[in-house]
Order: sequence, then structure tokens, then C-alpha cells
Amino acid sequence: MGMAKGFGVTWRQMFRPRLTTEYPDAKRPKPERFHGRHVLNRYEDGMEKCIGCELCAGVCPAKCIYVRGADNPPDAPVSPGERYGFVYEINYLRCIHCDLCVEACPTEAITETKLFEFSFTNREDAIYTKAELLVDDDGRARRQPWELWMGDEDDHTSAWMRATSPSGDAEFEGRIAWSNELGFGERPAEPAQGPKASPDA
Amino acid sequence: MSAILAGDPLLSHGIDFEVVLIVIAKTVVVFALLLVLVMFYIWFMRKVIADMQNRIGPNNAGPWGILQTLADGIKFFFKEQSIPDTADRTVFRLAPYLSVVPAFLAFSIVPIGGKVSILGHQTYLQLADPPIGVLFLLMMSGIGLYGVMLAGWASGSKYPLLGSVRASAQLLSYEAAFGLSVVAVLLHAGTLSTRGIANAQAWTSWHSFVTDWYWSIAIVSFVIFVIAAIAETDHPPFDLVEAEQELVGGFHTEYTGIRFAIFFLAGFMNVITMSAIAVTLFLGGPSGPALGFLPKTGVVNVWLMPIFWFFSKLMVLLFGTVWIRASLPRLRYDQLMDLGWKWLIELAFLAVMVTAVVVVARDQGWERWIAVPAAFGGAILVLGLLRLCMPKADEAVSEVA
Ligand code: SF4
Ligand code: SF4
Repeated sequence: MGMAKGFGVTWRQMFRPRLTTEYPDAKRPKPERFHGRHVLNRYEDGMEKCIGCELCAGVCPAKCIYVRGADNPPDAPVSPGERYGFVYEINYLRCIHCDLCVEACPTEAITETKLFEFSFTNREDAIYTKAELLVDDDGRARRQPWELWMGDEDDHTSAWMRATSPSGDAEFEGRIAWSNELGFGERPAEPAQGPKASPDA
Repeated sequence: MSAILAGDPLLSHGIDFEVVLIVIAKTVVVFALLLVLVMFYIWFMRKVIADMQNRIGPNNAGPWGILQTLADGIKFFFKEQSIPDTADRTVFRLAPYLSVVPAFLAFSIVPIGGKVSILGHQTYLQLADPPIGVLFLLMMSGIGLYGVMLAGWASGSKYPLLGSVRASAQLLSYEAAFGLSVVAVLLHAGTLSTRGIANAQAWTSWHSFVTDWYWSIAIVSFVIFVIAAIAETDHPPFDLVEAEQELVGGFHTEYTGIRFAIFFLAGFMNVITMSAIAVTLFLGGPSGPALGFLPKTGVVNVWLMPIFWFFSKLMVLLFGTVWIRASLPRLRYDQLMDLGWKWLIELAFLAVMVTAVVVVARDQGWERWIAVPAAFGGAILVLGLLRLCMPKADEAVSEVA
């Protein structure tokens, strides 16, 4: 009786442990290189990393980044270079979180966090401006009213950038090839980086 | 006149204000009870299925998520209701009610408890006890089909129409087996009244469970009843009417908002009503052992115990429906038709024949050990002959080709 066997299966399952994670009260750990929303990083001295070069805007396949650079005021420079990102906007109704902007950026200014729980109720909110993207004075992402994240979920802001840097290659193992970040100092390499790293690690 | 209307002793001494009041009170209570039962059943179903799939199920609204159904229902009220351009607007609006009202009416004949006295009036704990009880049930399940059919037709769209055509075909096919399986019980009990049937299965001692309740005496009819009832209520594995992969939502594809919810309400009401009817017909209704250490005429044994037994049995059957829902895959259309026409109707018919012989043998005082085997032998013979005459599946196909 195949049918009786089926009933047996469902009966037995009733007494097995539950697999549900009670989101949003509990969350499962996210993959190391998760692509969430962006932040604009700053150096440890508080200077902005973005130099307004528009490479990210140029590479973005969804055409959702809008950058305008401006010359640094000589007496109060915003970034260490000649120019800085004067306007920086990302439209999250278009962004596909491909991380190409992160790879294109020469100064590691734009990176992606693991924060993905932002559900806005109007289109204006979908466009994150520089005020919203730039990390605060502690180097942490700025929480918007419509974003839901908690604990240390905003710790991991530049994993993908570090993973794709030359140190991801076995030849560069142990050599740090990324700049320090405000609030975090010199970020360690991702665990999967190094000689043992494989595509599915 | 009152004898035709009802067997309830409440109505047998003329109708005065108090009687009307009691009837109104009963109506309200039964209606509320059915709604609460539906709420509870949906929550129960979701929880049990979640258990069977190693999930937690609803757990946010109220303790253990028990208010989830209420929350869903309230949400449905605030949803937009759209009517397609091609719809027949009047019928489209009417259809949900056509399917929910019979579902409720069918429940009104179910005996929920024993005979009690309210305000000095003797009455049964059931809304109505018409002498045509079981026929009324069959009528209501037939009328319930109109809701589905008209919904499909009035939607003016193809999938609802296909779904409602399926629904009609399915209900017609299984109505026959359903009716025949009930006949065996009627023959045994000798009455159509649900109260009479429940009384015929009264609890005398522990062996009543097997010797007096009809599930064991008419075991074949019981099995057929359960299968046919599941098919009648479009419950999985017979839910071809709303097979999503083929028909989007079936007859309710074009329905939104509270009208859509009413269809679901009717569907779940039907499941509960059918389970309650099965309890009445086959599991002794509210009968069960009383608490011996309490007075026989006390509140507990007159009021509570029968109600307790009724709901315990109902719960067992409702759990069964959920278990079936979680375990069995949906039937193919030809399997559905094969099962209904080639097996259930035939078997139900033979069960009626055997039952008739057994009942007549009992009444006439014939030798049981001759009559019963003879009846079974005859039944098997007829079944064999029928099987011989039936064209094989491939023959039928080649004939069509
Ligand atoms: S992640 Fe991709 S789509 Fe999003 S802004 Fe960067 S380049 Fe554009
Ligand atoms: S974020 Fe990077 S790539 Fe984009 S404008 Fe600034 S420096 Fe250039």
C-alpha cells in the first residue's frame, strides 16, 4: 500500500524538529560576499574616499548611479585627491546589486554592505543621496527610517571589495592590498581568501 | 403540521414567544459556532500541515497564531473587489452567497448535543430536526453546486468556466455514490431524521463503539461516504476544481476581496459540515460514555458530555482531513472519474443490497449465518458480472479512435 506509506511519512514528520528560522526575530548568517545596499567609505582620518571620477556611474549596467565631481576646496578638502564626489546618488529601484561599481572604483570608495531590508513606501526614498550613503563619523552605515537591520549587521561593509582585490589570489597571500577604513582600521582578509580558496568555498 | 416541520419536542406544544426566542438564540449560536469552527479549522489545518512539513506555521497573531484567520479575514474586507468587464454582474455578486448559505443550512441539522431543557422547554441541541433530515443534506449539497457553477459562468472568462464545468461533473459523479452510501445507514436506522439516526447509535456500553455505531456495521458505506464527501467538498486530493497548474484558481479566478473569502469560507464550512454529518451518521453523533460518578440528570452529563463527545469525534475527523490534505497528491481527471463511476457507485450499490438483506433478515428473524453470507455472495457475483461487462480502458480508447 503506497498510500499508507505516504501517510506514515507525514505522520513521522510531525515529530521531527522544525527547520524554520523565525525571521525577523532571528536571522540566518548571510554569505560572506552578500550584495546589499551600498555605503560610501571614508579614510581613518575622516576624509572621503570618493574622488568623483564617475567610473562607477560609467560601468553601472543599470545606469542607476549619478555622480558629479567638484574640485576640493583648498582650505577644507573633502577627499585627499584633487576632486571629490560632490553629488552622489544611487537609485535603488534600478540597482541590480551586481557590484560592478565596487570593482570599478579606483579608491574603494563605494562598497556594498549586507543590509538588504529596505522597503520604501515612495519613490523619493528609493534614491539614496550622498547624505544617506556616506558612512557616519564612526564608520557605520546610516540607518534610514525604513530600513530594518539590527545588531552588527552593518559591520560587514566591504567584503566583496576585499574578496576581489589582488590578495584574493594565492600569490598575494598575506599581503594587504586595501586601504584602512574609518572606524574599522585595517580590515582582515575574508576567510575564504588564500591558497585554499576555491570558487565554491 | 409541526410533526412535518420538525421532530424537536420544542415545537410540538404550539409556538409562543419563548419558543421563538429559543429558536432565534439557537440560530445565532449555531451560526457563530460554525464561523468560529471555520476560523479554528483553518488555523488548525495550517498548524498541522506546518508540523508535517517541519515548519512552525502561523505564530504571530494571538497565542500560537490562533487569530491568524481573523487577521486574514479582516484584511479581505479592506481589499479592492474587481468585477471583470465581461462578467454578468448580478450573478457574479450573487454566486458567493449561493455557495455559503447552503453550507450553513446543512450544518443546521447536525445534532451537537443531547436533549436539554431551556426555560422549561425540552429541546434538542441542534438547530433543526426535520424528519427529512438526510434528504435535506443532499439537497443542500446539490444547491451548493449552483454557487460554484454560476460563479464560473458569470465570470465571463475561460478558466473559471472550465473550473466550474469540472466542479459540476465531479459533484454529479460523486453525488450518486454519496447518496447511496448514506442509504445503508438509513436502512439500518429506519429513519431520515439526523436525531433519529444519532439515537439509534445510542451508547449502552463500551461495545457500542463497534456493535451500535454504523461505522463498523456499515464499514463499506463509511469508507465510500468519506471518499465521496471529500470529493464533494473539493478537498484534496479531489481539488481538481481549483487545480492551479491547469486552471489558475478554477471557478474563483476572477474573484477578489471579501467575495473570494466567502468562497473559501463556504469551502471550509463544507468540510466541517461533512465531517459533522459523518460523525452523526457513522460515529454515533453526540453519544458516548457518560461520567458515571456524576448524577445522570446533572448538567455535566446532560449538557456537557454529549457536546464533548461530538466535538471530540469531529476533531478526529477534521484531523483526518488535514492529514489527507498533507499526504495525498491530486488525482488526474480520468482517475477521478474511474474511481467515482467504476468503483464507488458500484460498491455503494452492492453495500446497499447487502444492508437491505441484513436488515430484512434482522426484522424477519431469518437465520443470520445463512442470510448474510448469501447476501455477500450475491454481491460479489454481481460485482464480477459488472466487471466482465465493463470495457477495458484500452478498448474504450480504440473505440474512440
Ligand atoms: S551594484 Fe551594479 S547596478 Fe547597483 S549601482 Fe553598482 S554597478 Fe550599478
Ligand atoms: S565611488 Fe569610486 S568610482 Fe565612483 S565616483 Fe567615487 S571614486 Fe569614482
